[in-house]
Order: sequence, then C-alpha cells, then structure tokens
Amino acid sequence: MENLFNIFIKSIFIENMVFAYFLGMCSYLAVSKTVKTSSGLGIAVIFVMVITVPVDYLLETYILKAGAMAWISPALADVDLSFLSFIMYIAVIASMTQLVEMIVEKFAPALYLSLGIFLPLIAVNCAILGASLFMQQREYSSVAEASVFGLGSGIGWYLAIVAIAAIKEKLQYSNIPKPLRGLGISFIVTGLMAIAFMSFMGIQL
Amino acid sequence: MNMEREPFLSAKNLKLLKEPIDCQNPITVQVLGICSALAVTVKMKPAIVMALSVTIVVAFSNLVIALIRNYIPPRIRIIVQLVVIAALVILVDQILRAYSYEVSKQLSVFVGLIITNCILMGRLEAFAMANKPWPSFIDGLGNGAGYGLILIVVSIFRELLGSGTIYGYPVFEKLGIYETGYVNNGLIILPPMALILVGLIIWFQRSRNRKLIEGK
Repeated sequence: MENLFNIFIKSIFIENMVFAYFLGMCSYLAVSKTVKTSSGLGIAVIFVMVITVPVDYLLETYILKAGAMAWISPALADVDLSFLSFIMYIAVIASMTQLVEMIVEKFAPALYLSLGIFLPLIAVNCAILGASLFMQQREYSSVAEASVFGLGSGIGWYLAIVAIAAIKEKLQYSNIPKPLRGLGISFIVTGLMAIAFMSFMGIQL
Repeated sequence: MNMEREPFLSAKNLKLLKEPIDCQNPITVQVLGICSALAVTVKMKPAIVMALSVTIVVAFSNLVIALIRNYIPPRIRIIVQLVVIAALVILVDQILRAYSYEVSKQLSVFVGLIITNCILMGRLEAFAMANKPWPSFIDGLGNGAGYGLILIVVSIFRELLGSGTIYGYPVFEKLGIYETGYVNNGLIILPPMALILVGLIIWFQRSRNRKLIEGK
C-alpha cells in the first residue's frame, strides 16, 4: 500500500511527464490556449493512460517478455517477442483513443469541437507511449503498481497543462518583446515551471 | 503517369530541402517533435545519433507512405501510418542496440518515442499523403535536418557550458579557463534549461526573420 502511494506521488510531482521528461509537449503547447479546453484534454489523457498502462503491462508480462508465454504451453517458454512491444503498445493506445473520441463526441460535443484534431492526436501523444515505455523499463511488479503509475502520470500531465493554460491567459495582457510572443515565451515559462517542480526532488519517499 | 520528368534536384525540390531548416523549421516554427528534442541534448553524441535516427525514419516513412498513398483507405490511415513508422523505428532501435549499445542505453525510451514524434505524423499527414515519393523523401530529409540542427545547437551549448567539453573534447580545460576560476554550470545540464535555450533560439530566429512573429 505504501509502495503504491509512493509511486503515485512520485509520478505526479517528482517525475512529472512534462517537466522532467518533456513528454507530450506538442499538445501541451498547442492546446493550452484556455483553461477549459486544456482541462478537457487533460481528463481525456488521464483516462487513456489509466487504461493503456495496465493493459500494456499485462501484454508485456503474459505475451511479449522473454519466456512470458510459458503459461500457454512449455513449448513456448523460450519465445521472446519483446521486439514487438512498440507496435503492440501503439496499437493498444490507438484503439483506446478511438474509444475516447467516440465517448467525447457523444457526451460532450462542445468539447469535441474545441479539441479538434488534438483528440485523435492523443494517439501520438508522447506522454502516453512514454508512460508505457517507462512502465516496461522500470519493471513494475504488479498490475496495481502499473495502474497507479498510469493514473499518477496522467494527473501530472493534467496539472501541467492546466497550469500553463492559466499562465497563458494572463500573459495575453503583458508586454512581451514581439519576437518572443507566443511560442518563445511559452518555452521559457515552461522552463521556469520545471525549475519550480524540481524542488520536489528533495522529497524522500 | 506524366512523361516529362523533372530533374532530381529541381528548384522546387531544393526548396523542400531548405525550407524546413530555417523558416519552416519543425521545432521552432511548426512546433512538432519537441518532446524528444529536449531530453537528449545534454551531450552532443546522443543528440547527433537521435537527429540521424529521426531523419532516417522521417525520410523513409515519407517515402513508403507516398508510394502506397493511393491504396490507403482514409478512415484507417492513422493506424497504417503508425504501423509503417513503428516498423522503421524497431529497425533503427535494433541497429542501435547492435552497433552502439552505449548510446542506445543513454537514449533509453526516447528511441521508442520516435514513433510518437509529432514530426512524423505531421509530415505524413501534411505532405506524403498528397505528394509523389521523391519530393516526399526530400521533404523528410529536410525536416529531419531542421530538427537535427536545433538538437545540435542546443546540445553544443549544454555540453560546453555544463561539462566544458564539445563532443567529449575538453575545450575549457585545454584553454585553461578553469584556472581563471570558472566552474562548470550545473544548472544547464538540468532539463529545464533546455526549454529556456529553445525559447531563446526562437527569440533569436524571430527577431532576425520578422515574418514569423505571431500576430496579436
């Protein structure tokens, strides 16, 4: 239990997807014009991550890893399909995204219109594939750990995008040198936010 | 098929190659592929390997998609594109693991993340789906080069100021700068500084090229 809580806090603050690994920067920079849309996208990302990370974990442990298929029959014990993991992960993510797209279209049409192209692009949001790849690399030991990691990473990403959207809304009224407006200042502000987030590194878990 | 063939490097194709390096740069103008760009720029070597891998994958996936573009049903095009990209990335990953394991270790998950690098999907959607194979290939090379350029510029600054070396060569030590009391700047190795550096590069580029300034 304590272990799960550690993973949760760690994946939100200390190893935040945006500020520590720069994952999901494309939609983070492009969709964060208003707090409302970015919070919608953030929730969609949390949803997709919570489902894909445990599913990918199960795929990894029971099918892809070296010797993982021994539970089917002993003859398959030395099959190693780990080179297929990229394709399998991305397939899971793409189909989950399709599902989320349909749900959002049905229940929140206004949000669907304002997210536009970025909803299908969740499939290529690096943060989501990144979460699956980190899950594979760090070798979490149970489905519960993988799910908590997915949830935490999603919430971390949500926090980041909502924070930058709020800052950008204020920035519109400030007097920034012309060439720095828009993209330039967003980068620098993100950098400063990342420095602030680094203070969480001192937390001993 | 039209019978008159244009020369392989006609003015139009040359423009496709040059534009993404400056005024259509994937990172600073099109805002694509930032995710991986920042994380691998602490040292020059991984940055160069990353730039090369991305260039190869963009160029060849553009080529493949342009070849089969008329046979892809539009509804499932994203999956088809992802499969082509993922197959190429697996190839690159396996080659890296076989021939330079050290670098492959340093890049860790970021090789796999080339799949979700927005440059790939962006170029496939915007260019390769509507153009012939050869221009698409050139477009891929150009965008890869533009991406690589930013990566290398950022990594030169970070490596020089952060560890005092360029491509592993101890420049500051040879110049005797440490004797004057200079200490390596630890801050610049940390991830946030990459963001600030890219922000400064964008500032520099846009003050040179006023066309790119975002209107308000």
